[in-house]
Amino acid sequence: MRWLLIKDLQILRRSPLLVGLLIVYPIVIALLIGFALSRAPEKPRVAVLNEIPAGKLSIDVGGQQVDISSYFDELFDAVTPIYVKSRAQGIADVRSGAALGTIVIPADFTSRLSSGLQSADVDVIYNGDAVEQSFAQSTISAKLSQANTALATRLAHVAGGYVDLLRTGGQLNAFGTSVKILGLNKSNAAIDSAIAGLPETSPVRASLLPVAHFTALGNADLGFAKLLLETIANPIQVHTSLLAGRRTTLDAFAVPLAVSVSLMFVCVLLAAGMLSLEREANTFARLTRGLVSGAGVLVEKGLLAAGCAFVATFAMLCGIGGFVHLDWSRMPLWIVALASSALAFAALGVAIGSLAREVRAASLLAFLLALPLAFMALVPSGSISGGLYDVISVVSAVFPFKAGLQAIDAAINGSQPGLGSSLPHLAALIVVFAVAARLGLRRFAH
Amino acid sequence: MTADAELSNADGPPLEIRGVGMRFGDRDALRDVSFAVAPGELLAIIGPNGAGKTTLLSILAGIRQPTAGTVTRAGRQDGRIGWVPQQTAVYEKLSVAENLRLFARLERLPDPQAAVDRMLEQTDLVDRADDELGRLSGGNRQRVNIAVGLLGDPVVLLLDEPSASLDPRQRQRLWKFISALADHGTGVVFATHDIAEAERHAERVLVLADGELLFTGTPAMLKAAVAGAGDGEAGAGAGGEVEAGGRPAESDLEQAFVAFLQRQGH
Repeated sequence: MRWLLIKDLQILRRSPLLVGLLIVYPIVIALLIGFALSRAPEKPRVAVLNEIPAGKLSIDVGGQQVDISSYFDELFDAVTPIYVKSRAQGIADVRSGAALGTIVIPADFTSRLSSGLQSADVDVIYNGDAVEQSFAQSTISAKLSQANTALATRLAHVAGGYVDLLRTGGQLNAFGTSVKILGLNKSNAAIDSAIAGLPETSPVRASLLPVAHFTALGNADLGFAKLLLETIANPIQVHTSLLAGRRTTLDAFAVPLAVSVSLMFVCVLLAAGMLSLEREANTFARLTRGLVSGAGVLVEKGLLAAGCAFVATFAMLCGIGGFVHLDWSRMPLWIVALASSALAFAALGVAIGSLAREVRAASLLAFLLALPLAFMALVPSGSISGGLYDVISVVSAVFPFKAGLQAIDAAINGSQPGLGSSLPHLAALIVVFAVAARLGLRRFAH
Repeated sequence: MTADAELSNADGPPLEIRGVGMRFGDRDALRDVSFAVAPGELLAIIGPNGAGKTTLLSILAGIRQPTAGTVTRAGRQDGRIGWVPQQTAVYEKLSVAENLRLFARLERLPDPQAAVDRMLEQTDLVDRADDELGRLSGGNRQRVNIAVGLLGDPVVLLLDEPSASLDPRQRQRLWKFISALADHGTGVVFATHDIAEAERHAERVLVLADGELLFTGTPAMLKAAVAGAGDGEAGAGAGGEVEAGGRPAESDLEQAFVAFLQRQGH
């Protein structure tokens, strides 16, 4: 088997095109996938017409000045703003495709907000194809909603201050004047004190009692009103809890995904290709005629593919580590996960190779099988019907991609399910596909 | 008879089969085939397409196990029976010497490099030892293919259509080489479509048709059998061996072969 392995390495060394196809291409594809997943989406270009006069970017809320420019900054951070000088120019930019949309902030924006009686308007004009428009629209809508919420919270906070003033009393500064407010608490206390000093039969006492009751009730109700204002400003509070599944972010998940895709393609294509090469070169019968057993050939091809793929993806992972933060102390786990996954993919590869008599047929078969496996393993639960997801789960469990991805993700990011469940799964798949390959050779070898 | 019996025979013929049959599903590829190969003998297996020639050779080589009958080889090791498949079974990305060295090592020869040097010398490929197989002509590739079959110094060499892809000059060189092997005591069994080639080089021919061994004898005996049968005097019964002394044939072996098959209902 040692001589066969050396022979295959010699052949690979002399087949740069094959090596390029089997190793470089999947790695490039995997890196592109990882890059696409980890890279932040490009910001949509949006024309912005700000008609608010300079120096009028703050609003007066009950005597407090609130600077709204910070809300615009947050909105413009999500887009690439193209500042225009007129509505016509903004519309022209949208028509020409220079911008996917135009946001017009009218001159009366701050005065309407300051009035406290009217909502301020923002005009948004869209353009672009369906995807771009949807992207721009959702980005702008989301950011405007965030700005609305933040502003409402701020206004509720100011209004809450007024409520407190009404309850506890203090100095009210409004419209350029300062007024002292007694407050319901003190009013209530003063009335109670006055009532206490009056005889039981006093008609004034009878008149003051409903007033005392009203001030006490008003004080209590205003306490609830303050809570209500805060609730209206932010009616839905989101608290997230993860019951199961990955705890890693999409960025962190991109690394094991890229590594798994590379590992699968290199392993499956190399194992299937090198085994079918023995058939294509007519050497399989010569080898298995007492020189090497059929099982020996399978093991040799499996080890060759797994070894090459392991080296390629381990180097790839170390290379990625130069750009993305990786926990290097977990390297022993990387090695275990990569080696186990490589062996499982290699077993799948030799099973495919045992069915094909030509390298091209084996490669095509490997591609046709491997590509959907990768996509199916990435289908999130809840995105499709339950029955279909169950079918996809079964198919994914029967092939090594999902188990390999979970093992590598667990090794790199410590995500769930851990290596404890992925490794036995991979070991079972190695046995299953090795047996399938042996049966395939018996059926199709000669 | 046991289906897969393989016996060792130190004193008898280097290769002998008895009652060998091969069944694929419900089709008989071979039925009750028996013969032996003597040391230094050149034996041709001829027959129409689908007669079972390649199947028979693969059973002799030990690649397939027969479903009936016994195969007796000189020594237990398959390596003592050299096998050269119809299509070259070597690696195009390796050089001539690398191919030979690989198979010599896989055959666990005591001195692989000596075996490689010997085969390069024997096949006259010393000058091409470092050339990749993919750059060699069809004739030279076939020589390497044969050289690999000869690495273990076999007592019998099995060749499947050895000259099928060669031009006349290469074919002539190949047969000169094979004849030299036989002269040195190697039994040679070759399957061929080329009846003229069998007539020219074989000492004995086996006629196979539809998995049945119809005739075993010298080319002259086959001609004689046909001529004799044509006169209504003698015929080659299924598996029968025509004795020498028949009337000399007027036609060549190819015509005799076709006539013989027709007479046998094939």
